[in-house]
Amino acid sequence: MYGYNGRVIRINLTDKSIKKEELDLEVAKKYIGARGLGVKTFMDEVDPKIDALSPENKLIIAGGPLTGAPVPTSGRFMVVTKSPLTGTIAISNSGGKWGAELKFAGYDMIILEGKAKDPVYINIVDDVITILEADEVWGKVASETTDILQDIHGDKAKVLCIGPAGEKLSLMAAIMNDVDRAAGRGGVGAVLGSKNVKAIVVRGTGKVALVDDEKAKKVGMDKIGILRKDPVAGQGLPTYGTAILVNIINENGIHPVKNFQESYTDQADKISGEALTEKYLVRKNPCYRCPIACGRWIKLEDGTECGGPEYETLWSFGSDCGIYDLNAVDVANMLCNEYGIDTISVGATIAAAMELYQRGYIKDEELAADGYSLNWGDAEAMIAWTKKICLREGFGDKMADGSYRLCESYGAPQYAMTVKKQEIPAYDPRGAQGHGITYAVNNRGGCHIKGYMISPEILGYPEKLDRFSLEGKAGYAKVFHDLTAVIDSLGLCIFTTFGLGLPDFVDMYNAVVGEEHDNESLLRAGDRIWTLEKLFNLKAGLTKADDTLPKRLLEDQIAEGPSKGNVHHLDVLLPEYYSVRGWDSEGVPTDDTLKALGLEEYIGYIS
Amino acid sequence: MRCLKIEVRLFATFRIGRDKIQMLDMPEGSKIIDVLDRLNIKSEEVSILLLNGRDGDAQRILKDSDVLALFPPVGGG
Repeated sequence: MYGYNGRVIRINLTDKSIKKEELDLEVAKKYIGARGLGVKTFMDEVDPKIDALSPENKLIIAGGPLTGAPVPTSGRFMVVTKSPLTGTIAISNSGGKWGAELKFAGYDMIILEGKAKDPVYINIVDDVITILEADEVWGKVASETTDILQDIHGDKAKVLCIGPAGEKLSLMAAIMNDVDRAAGRGGVGAVLGSKNVKAIVVRGTGKVALVDDEKAKKVGMDKIGILRKDPVAGQGLPTYGTAILVNIINENGIHPVKNFQESYTDQADKISGEALTEKYLVRKNPCYRCPIACGRWIKLEDGTECGGPEYETLWSFGSDCGIYDLNAVDVANMLCNEYGIDTISVGATIAAAMELYQRGYIKDEELAADGYSLNWGDAEAMIAWTKKICLREGFGDKMADGSYRLCESYGAPQYAMTVKKQEIPAYDPRGAQGHGITYAVNNRGGCHIKGYMISPEILGYPEKLDRFSLEGKAGYAKVFHDLTAVIDSLGLCIFTTFGLGLPDFVDMYNAVVGEEHDNESLLRAGDRIWTLEKLFNLKAGLTKADDTLPKRLLEDQIAEGPSKGNVHHLDVLLPEYYSVRGWDSEGVPTDDTLKALGLEEYIGYIS
Repeated sequence: MRCLKIEVRLFATFRIGRDKIQMLDMPEGSKIIDVLDRLNIKSEEVSILLLNGRDGDAQRILKDSDVLALFPPVGGG
């Protein structure tokens, strides 16, 4: 067995039983690994209708066949569970080093079920797995938790944990690993918190078995070489990180400002990648075996060193809140990493609260006890609210479950810039029509990364598309969605696609696992995985009505800037997308489609 | 000959050794490529070229008050 370890850890937290099970290799290969394997396993075991924060929910952490292998960006793993934020499948991906360490310990996947009576953490050292009391680390932030657990288990142990936000069940809570990497979206940290699991510590001394050591290493080095020579993966991202997007997206007039009320700002340069690099960058902060190294390590103005913000974070705490104080945004980012919460959703929720305040829904008297405003541009208040959200303090408690629930509680859900109750990120789809379809149909709710149409529509990779055109966009988006499902399932990073294409991923899979795939079969596996996730959502009760965008983006034209005058044309793109997927007009995969994808066993699943 | 006032915004590595915003006087009839020449930027170095926020190309003839934004190959997500 190559690439895969063939072993799964199953822990029942209710009765504290620990089992090691054999991986069903045929199933693993059919669904590749990580995201695909996790979703398939989850759906076999969990009724989509359960309450996401109940003991009936399970949480799966899975590496892919390439996680830990000698190929570029092989540090990634996937968290799969039912999202308490969206009610959909949660597929939340992270990098760092923890995922590779799980593979080195000899496992492909961990399945957590039930609920511990008291806070615990799990310690894995190769074959030895123990459940331990977490009293010493419960309530602690991510860096402190990591320090304490590494003091106990050694510096080589890798730590995945939740912060106080996960303990307090914020629906935006993340799972952190290696201090500042996050499975950020969908509230997966709240699921771990609901199970009373603070952390999973892992130390592995093995390695991933390769079908042909020499060939796999050569293929891996070749792909690293391609990425190093690529101008984006080898120069742009290493130099500036994803923060470089602030100016690009803004100059195109699709950088949302003040909760998407505007789409351009003349102050973007103050919070740009150029400014971050010049003023705050200490060094690059790469994940396992990554030549791209987009991660940032920065120094705040008070001297604290910490992980630096991504583009989406610079936007959410910056322009979306009308704030152009880069140090303040850096501080908010640091707080989110420490308290374990999603930077996109938190910033966007504060922005939604600011709009509710602007429009008179939130009154001054509701904020008086906290002593902070919800005025656009108030950086000090933004930092204070971030912390209060994480700790569910005062008005922060009302914001801790995200912008949709906040806006709905004031009878104004139209001001929640969400899809399926999850905050959409930092690109106004009225000026990037293909990106809008990704937002609307994404199986995990509002999200940019599971089919990044900004790449062809703005950045010109792999080719430049007219960002306002609708022609062919639904089909293009589908290919991006399927390819992303493949990369997520292999255990690699989506940023490899700036230099690598489908044949490169086939090369790497075959060099590590054995000659199993060609371009067509690997991409079809991506289609299978995406469709399977859709089936979960349909059975959970979601419908076509959930595959939509906030009303503002469909009805109000962009008022100013380079994308002025545009709305999003989802009415055209959505039926086309359903059609290219082989789904009916309600977005339900047809029996023929299920058969063609090898999903016959799911015929009748949703009825 | 009339002069065109052109604003050029430079980003990322194009800022090395150059002011990030340049106000140029260009002769009437100038093309975008002439601006690149003036700034000593080769057109193949430019990955994203925006003319007034929309995709531009190097052969396009400029108008007074046009705004150019130039980016080398960069990406993210």
